[in-house]
Parts: sequence; structure tokens; C-alpha cells
Amino acid sequence: MILKTIDTRLLNVALLIVLLLVLALVLSVGAVDIDLGKALDDAWHHRITVESLILFDIRLPRALLAALVGATLGLAGAALQGLLRNPLAEPGIVGVSNGAALGAVLVFYYGLAGFAWFVLPLAGLMGALLAVLCIFLLVGQSRSTITLILAGVAINAIGGALIALALNFAASPYAMQEILFWLLGSVANRSFREVQIALPFMLLGWGMILYCGRFLNALTLGEETARSLGFDVLRLRLMLIMGVASSVGAAVSVAGNIGFIGLVVPHLVRPFVGYEPRRLLFASALVGAVMLLLADLTVQSLSGSTEMKLGVITSLVGAPFFLLLILKSRNTLQ
Amino acid sequence: MSLLNATGIDYHIDRIPILKAIDFHIEPGELVGLIGPNGAGKSSLLRLLTGIETPDRGEIRLNGYALADISPQQRARLLGYLVQGARAYWPFSVEKVVGLGRIPYQKWWRQSDAQDQLKIDQAMQTTETLAYRNRIVTTLSGGEQTLVMLARIFATENQLILADEPVAALDPYHQLHVMEILRQHASGPRAAVVVLHDLSLAARFCDRLYLLSHGRLECCGSVGEVLTGENIARVYGVDSQIECSEKGVSVTPLNRIGEHHP
Repeated sequence: MILKTIDTRLLNVALLIVLLLVLALVLSVGAVDIDLGKALDDAWHHRITVESLILFDIRLPRALLAALVGATLGLAGAALQGLLRNPLAEPGIVGVSNGAALGAVLVFYYGLAGFAWFVLPLAGLMGALLAVLCIFLLVGQSRSTITLILAGVAINAIGGALIALALNFAASPYAMQEILFWLLGSVANRSFREVQIALPFMLLGWGMILYCGRFLNALTLGEETARSLGFDVLRLRLMLIMGVASSVGAAVSVAGNIGFIGLVVPHLVRPFVGYEPRRLLFASALVGAVMLLLADLTVQSLSGSTEMKLGVITSLVGAPFFLLLILKSRNTLQ
Repeated sequence: MSLLNATGIDYHIDRIPILKAIDFHIEPGELVGLIGPNGAGKSSLLRLLTGIETPDRGEIRLNGYALADISPQQRARLLGYLVQGARAYWPFSVEKVVGLGRIPYQKWWRQSDAQDQLKIDQAMQTTETLAYRNRIVTTLSGGEQTLVMLARIFATENQLILADEPVAALDPYHQLHVMEILRQHASGPRAAVVVLHDLSLAARFCDRLYLLSHGRLECCGSVGEVLTGENIARVYGVDSQIECSEKGVSVTPLNRIGEHHP
């Protein structure tokens, strides 16, 4: 059961290389076969051709967005699990993703997205923040898995109800369909604009989360011990919450709901980093990016006339995994 | 100058008074015991002395400086706090748990270095936990886990260790082991405060005792001054047999006085 802990730098470099390889793979396949060499050559000489357009305007933003969203979800999952000291915490399960989705839906609904580039991710952030704060108020100091899951059910229910309300009064069936499809979660047909919108909020969130790594390690011995080790628990907890809200809010507002990445990824990575929350963070971000790229590749290769949504496939794989985790820990759940 | 000196400490939680007018001090080289019935405020006093909570009134000075003015990092280097029933929430290796004691010396981006490793090894040596350095802490027995948590504190090389019921739920072997380690620590410039329920252990290992009851300091002083039959009857509500021999003092509770806890 215990895997030999691998040197952090070695592990991260190896994962980074895997990420680059997967990125290259994803860029080289798609609905249309293109000559990659020609595409690169054309772009280098500023010739706008079909090949260069497909590579740089269609495939690259899609792949980048998949990697960024995957990294965010992996990192946020690892951060929430460390903060709540509970391996079942995940942005989707505890309702953070739905909170962000609600924020984004409201922006769509009222057509506010056009005001400024930051309106959409900011709304996602606010929704996510509201959800994480609710989780914290409901769960508090309790480490009980049951409390956490119930709090998640409640917050998801509220978020879902309000989203349903917005859909109910949608301006037209088309608007409703658009929101519904968006909610399913996807990185298809995205441009660099989405990358630009999300990236600043993601970077901010990642920075805040990574800064708290040492604090998460100390939390392994409980909050009082962390405080006695010199950590300002209140401030750092708030910083983690803000970090999760900012990055997940941005990810959801450009890609919709993509579930279970934040649950599965830290779970797979944890044994390789000796269960250390701090080392789990960066590695989970890298593995999250790889996983979502591969999931998106699967979506593209499976697709017939209607493309399968990315969020659908992550849920199809992730939900049984969640079930398995619950079955495995059923006897120890409190 | 006292290592740690608290005067006139008042403290409440949720409007319920927990501590009232407590004076406390500990000198270098001392092992001081905090005793008293459940709910007397021992753990709260220990948290205040550690600086992770602040009193409503009164002053706590560490080496002459106000505890509140010392930076959290500096405080963490000087004071080590062993929480009651300390445990790890993730299945860390023993060595990794002990390594957490080096946090007060590390910058946030830094990994542990050779100096840290040396201190970790020394701490495990002191607590005799080297044998299971690669074991998973959550699979160890309660006694072994307590020793590991103590090793974590030793890795920080604190001047003062404050331990909350470190021997509760341990077998006699481990009880003696933990107390011996704390006794060893309390020499030269270093000292330790320990919350205890076992009055015989308190009598045997501590230099001085503080007896708390209902948030007030009932009495303090040497073992002989504090552990009298009259004090124990008044505060704990039990008759007891106190035996003094050259092997030490032992206190055996005999029967309850009256129906209710005093």
C-alpha cells in the first residue's frame, strides 16, 4: 500500500514532461488531419492558411484551456482536501462549482458579460466564494465526512434551484439551451479570449493556494498545533478559500461544470508524495492538466455528429470512483 | 528572571468564565505540573501560556518580554505545545511528522536541509523513536504516537514545552517513558509544564504543582504542600491515602465524599 516517496523535484519534472508530451499529442490530432509542419511553417512566416488557423486558433486555445482548467481543478481539490482534512472534499461535491456556475449563469442571463472582460470570471468567483464560505460555516471545525457531504448536498441544491430559476425565466428557448449546454462543461470552440479572461484569476488563485502549502502540512496535526507552530490560522484559511474561489470561479465561468477531477487526481497522486498536502498541490495541478487533456482527447475521438461534453465524461468516470471511495471508507465514516 | 510569568489572568469562552485571577510562573530547569478536576481550566491555561489564545485580562511574559509582542515564528521556536490526544490526520511517515517541528525555521518555499535532518534525527534519538522512522504514524500504538508527537516538539528545540495530558490513556511503561523524557528536558535553561490527572506521577516527577479548581488557583507550591489529604478532599471530592516512602509519594483515591462532584 505504501509507495516509496519520490523526490519532489524529480516527480514534478517528470509530470511536466508528460504534460508537454500530452499537449503535443492533443495538438496533433483533431477532426481534420493537417500537416503540422506546414502549419508551423505558415505561422512562422505569418501566412494565414487553413492549417495554421486550425492549429493556432482552434486547437491551441482549446488545449490550453483544458490544461488550465484541469490544473485548477486538481489544485483546488488538493487544497480543499488539505484544508478540511478530508479526502472526499472536491469543488463539485461540496458545491463550489455550482456556486460559480450560478454566478456565471446570472451574468449570461442578464447579458452582463459584455460590460468588461472581468465580469464573467468575477461573477464565477463571487458564486464560488459564497459556496466555500457556506461550506465553512456549515462544516466548521467538524471533520466528519457525513457533515461535509450533507453540507455539499445542501449547497448544491440551493445552487441548482437558483440556476433552474434562471433557466425557467430564460429569455428564449435558445438562450436556455445555450446555458444548459454550457453547464454540462466543455472546452470546445473556445478562443484565446476565454484563456485571457480566465488566466489572471487562475494565476491569482494558484498563487494563494501554493503559498499555503506549509500551512496545510502543519494542519495535519490539527489547527491548535498549526497555531502553536506560528501560523495565523484565520488569515491563511481565508487565503486558501479565496484562492479556491478565484481559480475555480474562473475555470467554471469559461468551461462550465467539470466534475470529479478535483476528487480523483489528488487521490491518485497522494501515495506518491507521502500524503504530504504541500507536495500534493503542485503535482495535483500537473496531473489534473494531463487528465483533462486526455479526457478532452477522448471526447474528440468518440464524437459523432453531436460532440460529447467534457463534463459528461469526467462525471461518467469520476462518479463511480466517488462511489468506490465511499464504499471503501464506509466503515470508518463518522 | 522567570522563564514564563503570568499574572492576574482572566479568561472566558462564550461569556462563560473559564479562568479567574490566575498567577503562574516557571523557572529555568523546572518541571511544573498543572492538576485539578475535569473542567478546572487546566487546558485553557496551557493554551494561554502557549500564546495561541489571548487572555481577557492579565499579562504573560516570556523571558521578560510580553508574549503578545513576540512574533508568532519566534514564539513557535521558544514554546512547544503538545495538544491533548495529539494525532496526525494524514498517514504520514514518522520521520515526516517529526519534520513538521522544523517549520518555525523554514521559509515558505524551502525544503528541509541537512541541519533540519540532523535535528530530526536527534529528536528521534531522544524519544527513542528512530526504530520506526519509516512506519506510518497512524498505524502505531497510542504510546508510540505520543512519543512521535513529542519528537516533533523536540525537533523544534523549544526552551519551554507545554504538554496537555501527554500520558492519558497510556500504559505504565509509556507513562514513565514520557515523564522521564519531559524530566530530562527540564534542565539548564529549559523547562516544561505538564497537565496531569495521575497525582502519583505528578508527585514523583514534578518540582512544583498548581492545583486548579473551577477556574481558580486553589494552591500552588511543592508536592508536599499541594498534595495533602485535605486539599484533595476539598478539590476532587475524594478521600485518599497518601504514602511517602524513599521511592516517592503515591496518592490512591479511596472513596467519594458525598453524592456530587464538588
